[in-house]
Amino acid sequence: MSVDDRRRKAERIRHLLDTEGDSVHENTRVFNEGRYESVAKLDDYESLKDEARSIKEDAIERLPELLDHLTETVEANGGTVYVADDAADANRYVSEVVDGRNVVKSKSMTSEEIEVNDALEANGAEVWETDLAEFVLQIAEEAPSHIVAPAIHKSREEIADLFNEVFDPDEPLETAEELTRFAREYLGEKILDAEVGMTGANFVTADTGTLALVTSEGNARKCVQATDTHVAVAGVEKVVPSVEDLQPFVELIGRSGTGQDITSYLSLLTPPGDSPTFGGDGSDPLDDRDLGPGDDREFHLVLIDNGRMEMREDDDLRETLYCIRCSACANSCANFQHVGGHAFGGETYSGGIATGWEAGVHGQDSAAEFNDLCTGCSRCVNQCPVKIDIPWINTVVRDRINRGKDGDLDFLVEGLTPDEEPGGVDLRKRLFGNFDALARLGSAFAPLSNRVARTDVARSVMERTLGVDSRRELPEFERESLVEWFETRGSRVAPEEARRRVALYPDAYTNYVRTERGKAAVRVLEALDVHVDVPAAGESGRAPLSQGMVATARSNAEAVYEALSPAVAAGRDVVVIEPSDLAMFHREYERLLPEDEYTALKEDSYEVMEYVYGLLENGASVDVLADGNGERIAYHSHCQQRTLDLEPYTLAVLEDCGFDVATSEVECCGMAGSFGYKSEYYELSVDVGEALVDQFTTDDTADRTVVASGTSCLEQLDALLARRPTHPVRLLDGR
Amino acid sequence: MSTEPLATFESSLTEIGVELLRTTAEEFESTLAPRLDEPAVGTPLPFEGVGLPDAVETDPTVADLEAARTGVTAAGYGIADYGSVVVQGGHAGEEPVSLYADEHVAVVAASDVLPDMDAAFDRLAADVREGAGRAVIATGPSATADMGALVKGAHGPMEVTVVLLEDA
Repeated sequence: MSVDDRRRKAERIRHLLDTEGDSVHENTRVFNEGRYESVAKLDDYESLKDEARSIKEDAIERLPELLDHLTETVEANGGTVYVADDAADANRYVSEVVDGRNVVKSKSMTSEEIEVNDALEANGAEVWETDLAEFVLQIAEEAPSHIVAPAIHKSREEIADLFNEVFDPDEPLETAEELTRFAREYLGEKILDAEVGMTGANFVTADTGTLALVTSEGNARKCVQATDTHVAVAGVEKVVPSVEDLQPFVELIGRSGTGQDITSYLSLLTPPGDSPTFGGDGSDPLDDRDLGPGDDREFHLVLIDNGRMEMREDDDLRETLYCIRCSACANSCANFQHVGGHAFGGETYSGGIATGWEAGVHGQDSAAEFNDLCTGCSRCVNQCPVKIDIPWINTVVRDRINRGKDGDLDFLVEGLTPDEEPGGVDLRKRLFGNFDALARLGSAFAPLSNRVARTDVARSVMERTLGVDSRRELPEFERESLVEWFETRGSRVAPEEARRRVALYPDAYTNYVRTERGKAAVRVLEALDVHVDVPAAGESGRAPLSQGMVATARSNAEAVYEALSPAVAAGRDVVVIEPSDLAMFHREYERLLPEDEYTALKEDSYEVMEYVYGLLENGASVDVLADGNGERIAYHSHCQQRTLDLEPYTLAVLEDCGFDVATSEVECCGMAGSFGYKSEYYELSVDVGEALVDQFTTDDTADRTVVASGTSCLEQLDALLARRPTHPVRLLDGR
Repeated sequence: MSTEPLATFESSLTEIGVELLRTTAEEFESTLAPRLDEPAVGTPLPFEGVGLPDAVETDPTVADLEAARTGVTAAGYGIADYGSVVVQGGHAGEEPVSLYADEHVAVVAASDVLPDMDAAFDRLAADVREGAGRAVIATGPSATADMGALVKGAHGPMEVTVVLLEDA
């Protein structure tokens, strides 16, 4: 990316933060909290997700067969099925069916994907969006910014201004109630005038030809009910085998999306059906016409391929087809919450899973526009009702984007960098992706390297050539690494007298930059009678993975396993300080290492505070640790630590030691490794971080010692707060 | 039928702001009468000994539907866990009647209140296979948050009342 491109991107993000950020943040926060509350009421949340996942896995596996079955069923019911290869094919078919008649539509992202409204209007049809948010966007001539609540970026005041300007009502509209009544009446007339009702479908059952529509306003019901021609547009991936399969989805979709236990209406339509129509033909809408018999209802199911069958063959993108478009990944994402789908989205789709959709249906270029906004924080992972590994899809697509269209190898550059990537990879990605090598050099030449890096000249060059924002402080490398320190010092607990024996994993930051927390961890473990070793294992692969450098991440993972496997084989536990590296061992290594190696490392590795908790639970005495003596702490748990559900251990240990702990509710600090260093994302990163700062500067928290587990969180808090934050293990260290 | 699903049904309905009126076939009309804001539209009720008052128009025109303040239909079953009623839309017009009026009054037999979504889908699947072309799991009034705040009553009813026939 050129300097100008970065500047343009930074400006665009700044503009959206200013104009849409507040509305998006307020609404997604409500959705996110609603989801936590609503799923907590389910006894069988995890098993429902497993069930939903397995139904989708099976359906996509058998998709061609199910599509045949569905076609037969719908045709036997008296409807027609058209499988469209792409958007143009779908639009041609739908335009023929509509034939210039008036159309009323309910919300459908798939219809946005194919831009059917434009095609219909070009053929002389009048098309009205009847979902109130879509109606607002139609009037405003804007694109959706959220897949479930498409006008989430607009405030009530903005909508009122828009309506008052466009419709010029006798009395200016002001409240949400007035705006809703107005739109209902306005669109009610359009529905009476319409001859064709168009909907999407959340699910389609192959066994009965039933469409499931998940709605709240009642407009989809009206669009279908009033008209005698129903056109439903849906991606081919919406097919499930049977009606019974709908049950887990019905229980999960509303909760996962807007945090409602269930939406107002779940329509099961098995067209054509015999419900009476309004027989509208454009004549006076207020006439006394009787309801028309429902016997002549016409039904067209238009199933869209548009790249999906290829996604099905793609081992990394296939999971995207399990997506039920609930928006949980968007609502749980810190970057999305702050900037919204107009930045965090492609041509049609937005949020974390959009990378998969855009890469699959519109192509890699559309995904490349926003893919960097996924920081891999993994907050979406436990929220997805079909358990899609959304960060992984983002990583894989980033890797493909890095490699470019032709994947050319530049052998000169290739020979000079230590990674496994082809020559085309962006220089900045290589810088951050090879953090281990950088840190090794920085440490070897410290403190000179730190002084040089701090100079204005160096920062200016870094900003121009690499896009490393000069407003960020760079990490300072320690001359003596943790591994070197430990080699000189040696273990202070004899193996035969030890309670446990552990290998402390020296992640690159702890090893070269924040060595103090590594030393504190060694001392704390030894105080608890643990024999510690610090093997010289390299960077976990987290750094290259976050840049989409999968091959380098794999080779790092293999090297780490080789360095740690003797300890694992000897029955020692692996203790990890940095949560993002433990998350590599527990999550991403499944995709990078052979299964047995992944399992062995996962089963024997622990976050350091989790490990201390385990020691205390198994008889070690808390008295050997520093006494908190009521010291007031404000603790921020790391995003990936939260995903692994490890926050409670740190909290319990700190409280056990006598600290008075308040915790942050903000789930992500916004720094996310290299993300906050990048000049085009610096302001977004700070915007996300400010939410955390707000929580740590209240009356109750402003005087508390700030504590955080993640390196990135510590850097962000250090930059944004006057107080210097610290890692929790340092609080336990008697020294 | 144990009383447990009924108690759950009632508390779920309360949670979503829907009033439950308990009555019997014999008392039905007198229970309904004070709730019936006119003009009212309705569809014939399939419960033995239960009929609609004359004031309810059962063969409405489009204009009648648009003007209706109350729409009365039967609900095939209730779902206790969610406070939902399942409206099956057939040729008599249950779908438009339950959708256009300001208030939807759903009449359900106590014996048709099912405990949970699992049980509901067993019934729904059987109905669909027997040709039920249209079933709506309706939970509370229509709603939208698209205009900047939550509003009850979007395109559909603003209010829902469930009448439970305890002896049916």
